[in-house]
Amino acid sequence: MRGLRSTLSLGLALGLGMGYALGGCAPGGSERAPGSEGDGGARASSEPLPERFGLGRPAGDGEIAALAIAVMPDGRGLPAGSGTAREGGPLYAAQCAACHGSQGEGGLGGQLAGRITDDAFDFGDGMEGPRTIGSYWPYATTVFDYVRRSMPFDRPGSLTDEEVYAITAHLLYLNDLVGADETMDRETLPQVVMPARDRFVPDDREERNRVW
Amino acid sequence: MPKKPSMNRRTFVAGAAGALGAGVLKGVTGVTPSLAQEAEISVPPDPTRVQGPPASLVGGRSPFEQPVRLLHPRLTSSRTPLQDLVGTVTPSDLHFERHHGGVPLIDPDRYSLLIHGMVERPMVFTLEELKRFPSVSEIRFMECAGNFPRNAGEETTPQQICGLTSQSEWTGVPLATLFREVGVLPEATWFLAEGQDAAVMTRSIPVEKAWDDALIAYGQNGEALRPENGYPARLFLPGWEGNASVKWLRRIELSDGPFMTREETSRYTDPLTGGRARQFSFVMDARSIITHPCHPGRVTPGWMEVRGIAWSGRGRIRSAELSFDEGATWHRADLQEPILPKAHVRFRYMWRWDGEEATILSRTTDETGYVQPTQRELVQARGVGTSYHLNPITGWRIRLDGTVVYRTEVWG
Repeated sequence: MRGLRSTLSLGLALGLGMGYALGGCAPGGSERAPGSEGDGGARASSEPLPERFGLGRPAGDGEIAALAIAVMPDGRGLPAGSGTAREGGPLYAAQCAACHGSQGEGGLGGQLAGRITDDAFDFGDGMEGPRTIGSYWPYATTVFDYVRRSMPFDRPGSLTDEEVYAITAHLLYLNDLVGADETMDRETLPQVVMPARDRFVPDDREERNRVW
Repeated sequence: MPKKPSMNRRTFVAGAAGALGAGVLKGVTGVTPSLAQEAEISVPPDPTRVQGPPASLVGGRSPFEQPVRLLHPRLTSSRTPLQDLVGTVTPSDLHFERHHGGVPLIDPDRYSLLIHGMVERPMVFTLEELKRFPSVSEIRFMECAGNFPRNAGEETTPQQICGLTSQSEWTGVPLATLFREVGVLPEATWFLAEGQDAAVMTRSIPVEKAWDDALIAYGQNGEALRPENGYPARLFLPGWEGNASVKWLRRIELSDGPFMTREETSRYTDPLTGGRARQFSFVMDARSIITHPCHPGRVTPGWMEVRGIAWSGRGRIRSAELSFDEGATWHRADLQEPILPKAHVRFRYMWRWDGEEATILSRTTDETGYVQPTQRELVQARGVGTSYHLNPITGWRIRLDGTVVYRTEVWG
């Protein structure tokens, strides 16, 4: 029985797997679940675990680059290319306006453009007013990231980076955040000041009252 | 001489698709549930006098039981029929769904998960490789953050109140195991989870959740994930808002901060009073719902079991209580063992209805001491403009004729 070998398969003991994952102990450590064979002594339910299982394969730079489209608020992840609102106007009209309205006023799709007087942000107090890019979105980089990954709704992923920059610039222009000929690229886009930038606070429910 | 079994069959109209076989119905385009409801079910007068159908490859529900999800008009979500369920596990085909680009069809043989960014070794794992790692199975609820209709009318069901919560046994590999495999660098504090649906859904998650209890799940209630729940593999974050448990997972990128994706800025944030909005409010607060009696339903005087479910994203439920006097006094209900953490727990309370107008409320308290709030308390704490993470005490009114209606409450 001592020679019985378990394989690294689905069948590996559940309890050990959970302890391994949740306990934070290093693989190959001394913690072992007792066996249930009734052979008179505690038996390991696994061979000593390795530091790594060695499953999977190394990812190549090319395949990472092909998938890694996410953009961070400081601009990391933004691709080369650029665009202006003026260039984006016809693109927006062709690709976006059918759902979001010619001026971003919304329709089948959500309202994208519109500011609130004095950039008020009293949504929690029941303030009327649309939650648009100009009134609610804290980062301009999010516009680029979202348009590139999810839009247009009927043909997601069909826009070039240049087109996404131009449409992003146009959306910012419709919200009075950039000028018609202001170039949006990996340097300038992260610097666009969004009205809602400082309105967001981390989850503080644990520190507040018992209602949260 | 025994009477010859009657060959006459009583036929009548019964509930929906089962008569045709659920599998058949799904394959027939243009057959609507209303049409299927017209199907006649042939029932022998004495089932002991006739051989039943033989064994089958895949079973189906009794034709007399036809629980269905409730579709959002835009077909972007569907809700679990909580009022039709018993116990705590949601049948997989009734688990709620919410997606932002439809349900993708993914070939498991071509599936892979990329983990890269601030790691020692960027790696790609096939589905087969994910299944070779040590696995865990755990029963946990999954709830959408937007799961309460404000100002709902009397003709509102549990499905409409909070049908965007469901429960399954999830099986998968702890994300911590994969993070050890790739070697997460010390500066990595967040990771991006990205799906391969048409929305290429993304959320940023603190790395601590991976070391705590996050899973890459590939199993649901004893079989592979349902397509609408992320087949062939998804992120599963126990106790956290469902949107963060990204389905159809294709990529995880470790980084030193959140990516501020659309779903964690313009959506899934909670406006508060004072010109602020709460962000990254992942944990689902404790909540309960009475699923019997409820609307639509009618009761008769006498004993009945008041039943419901209670759950908390912070851990185990400590108690579920009922009030028959608008919250002045509370009566402890029985909790069905085992009381699992971050899981729906069934509660029940035997009650005798005297035939007078009555109101029944439920509330729950979890092991952290958190008490499910009233709607008024919620509004006072956050303001009237908040819409996610609403978990107020709710209840039902029983009228003199025994009909049950939702206890309405004006928001604000």
